[in-house]
Amino acid sequence: MRQTLAVISLNLRSIPRRLGMSTATVGAVALVVAVLLGFQAIGNGFRATAERSGAEDIAIMLREGSQAELNSGLSRDQARLIEVADGVARDETDSGIISAELYVIVDGVLRGAQTEANLGLRGMEANGPAMRQGFSLVEGRMFSPGAAELIVGEGVRREFLGFELGQEIRLGTNDWTVVGIFSTGGTVFDSEVWSDLGVLQNLYQRGSSVQSVRARLTSPDGLERLQAYVENEPRLNLDVQTEAEFFAGQSSGTAGVISSLGWPLSIVMAIGALAGAWNTLYSSVDARAREIATLRAIGFSGLSAFTGTMAEAVMLSAIGGAAGTAIAVLFFNGLSFQGLGDSFTQVVFDLSVTWDSIETGIALAIMVGVLGGLFPAIRAARMPILAVHRSS
Amino acid sequence: MTALYTLTDLSKRYTRGKESITIFEQLDMTIDQGDFISIMGPSGSGKTTLLNLLGGIDRPSSGAVDCEGTRVDKLSEGKLAKWRSQHVGFIFQFYNLMPTLSAAQNVELPLLLTNLSGKERKRRVETALDIVGILDRKGHRPAQLSGGQQQRVGIARAIVADPKVLLCDEPTGDLDRNTADEVLETLQLLNRELNKTIVMVTHDPAAAGYASKELHLDKGRFVAKENT
Ligand SMILES: Nc1ncnc2c1ncn2[C@@H]1O[C@H](COP(=O)(O)OP(=O)(O)O)[C@@H](O)[C@H]1O
Ligand SMILES: [Mg+2]
Repeated sequence: MRQTLAVISLNLRSIPRRLGMSTATVGAVALVVAVLLGFQAIGNGFRATAERSGAEDIAIMLREGSQAELNSGLSRDQARLIEVADGVARDETDSGIISAELYVIVDGVLRGAQTEANLGLRGMEANGPAMRQGFSLVEGRMFSPGAAELIVGEGVRREFLGFELGQEIRLGTNDWTVVGIFSTGGTVFDSEVWSDLGVLQNLYQRGSSVQSVRARLTSPDGLERLQAYVENEPRLNLDVQTEAEFFAGQSSGTAGVISSLGWPLSIVMAIGALAGAWNTLYSSVDARAREIATLRAIGFSGLSAFTGTMAEAVMLSAIGGAAGTAIAVLFFNGLSFQGLGDSFTQVVFDLSVTWDSIETGIALAIMVGVLGGLFPAIRAARMPILAVHRSS
Repeated sequence: MTALYTLTDLSKRYTRGKESITIFEQLDMTIDQGDFISIMGPSGSGKTTLLNLLGGIDRPSSGAVDCEGTRVDKLSEGKLAKWRSQHVGFIFQFYNLMPTLSAAQNVELPLLLTNLSGKERKRRVETALDIVGILDRKGHRPAQLSGGQQQRVGIARAIVADPKVLLCDEPTGDLDRNTADEVLETLQLLNRELNKTIVMVTHDPAAAGYASKELHLDKGRFVAKENT
């Protein structure tokens, strides 16, 4: 309708008359959106990096429904069934390339704080190290089968006390010798310590049980064949997924937590921005009382006054939303971030501002505008026409 | 002469808290088609209130405001807004122009409520600006115009939709003598040439002299006196 468009245009043209307040409102909304997008960018980056760090040609098998290695448990016999499974690659001697593994948590002492922190100790079979992308022994040698020897991830050596090459170290009630230092190029495994599976089973009285089995797949369709094999083998009740899928699943919880951390903060700030928008729009209505009343006297509807004020509010908040998005994209997108948390200590990842989160941010901004403009707009619609006689 | 307005038994009271102020009590009045009436009277005597009632931007406490058979006081808000847009033009002491719009855009506002095409609206806006002698300033903003020029824009806006009646509340109250005389001559011209019925409130006896009828409002009563 023409009158509504005219009133909207009058409202928008009046914004420069309250430049200070209007800019503050835009700024507050921009901040809300930037904070929201910032947190989501951290979460998204975390997820993306975790997904990248897993291999597509390595399968991980855990007991059905166990989700994490620590909750899983498999027998030696089950592991041997996988060794001959369909879809699993073979070595020169025609045995399946697998590694059955046991994972325990031990206490280490952090260098900086001199306090104890959790550390993952993994017992693995001979094929285990080579199944990690980018694995290399940077110093020393591999652990020998049957010996209480450790190879230590670079991250562990850097962060914890007592893991230098050649050192003896007591973990729990057992003494170990550090015989090698390895690197996987910054993946999660750099934060682990590895030993021979049999030795670890022995020292921790686990008999012949393991928690996970890793297997190299023959080809891209190897996973499906392995899954079909496990399905048809009544002695196996396992979840089979690629390492990439496994890491994505592991990280999604953490990523979700980081992403959602932004919400409470954004909402508190959004309430502040809303109060700002409210205040700005009330002054708009008050400053333009005589204009609004004059239009009503001429015959314009109360609805057009309402719509004009809402349009002004939504315009301010939409500009704020766009500015906040621009800030997030310019300053956060692609930024490197040092990950936190037990096993992800070494993980460095890039922030990523996604379309999904931009849509959410703009929606939040517009909601601030709609809510902030609502009551001022009602006031505009109810403006007494006799305000035409006010002196300015 | 045919009556344009017939006010019958009109009362207007304001209640402020427990107090009640009576502005009019059982006032009767007729305004004929083609009248140019000036209303004078002391401050607070109800002159503006009377214009508000005539223009349908306020309602009487009781009594009837009849304009050509329409009971203005009985119209719903929506119908009243439409009636105002078609029947009355308001001219204010402080012009009440939209500061961000040009003279032409200000004058066009009442036409935005009609179905006229953009081209037709432009034609009418220019005609109105021409009648009040300010067509050469059509692109100027109010802040770029003198008080007298702004009031001319205000008058152009009041006449652009071709209403029968113009209601002017101290239209020259903010202008110097010469400018005031020019504006009053314009109003007189609109009355004589275009047959606009004009009701003008003023404090200025010289301004009142331009009208064909002078009324004095005092304590809610009229004292009429014809100009010769
Ligand atoms: N909205 C209102 N509420 C209460 N009193 C009002 C209102 N408008 C006007 N009045 C009172 O009504 C009286 C007449 O006002 P008005 O018509 O503006 O007088 P005038 O225009 O003759 O100076 C004044 O005493 C004024 O205080
Ligand atoms: Mg008055």
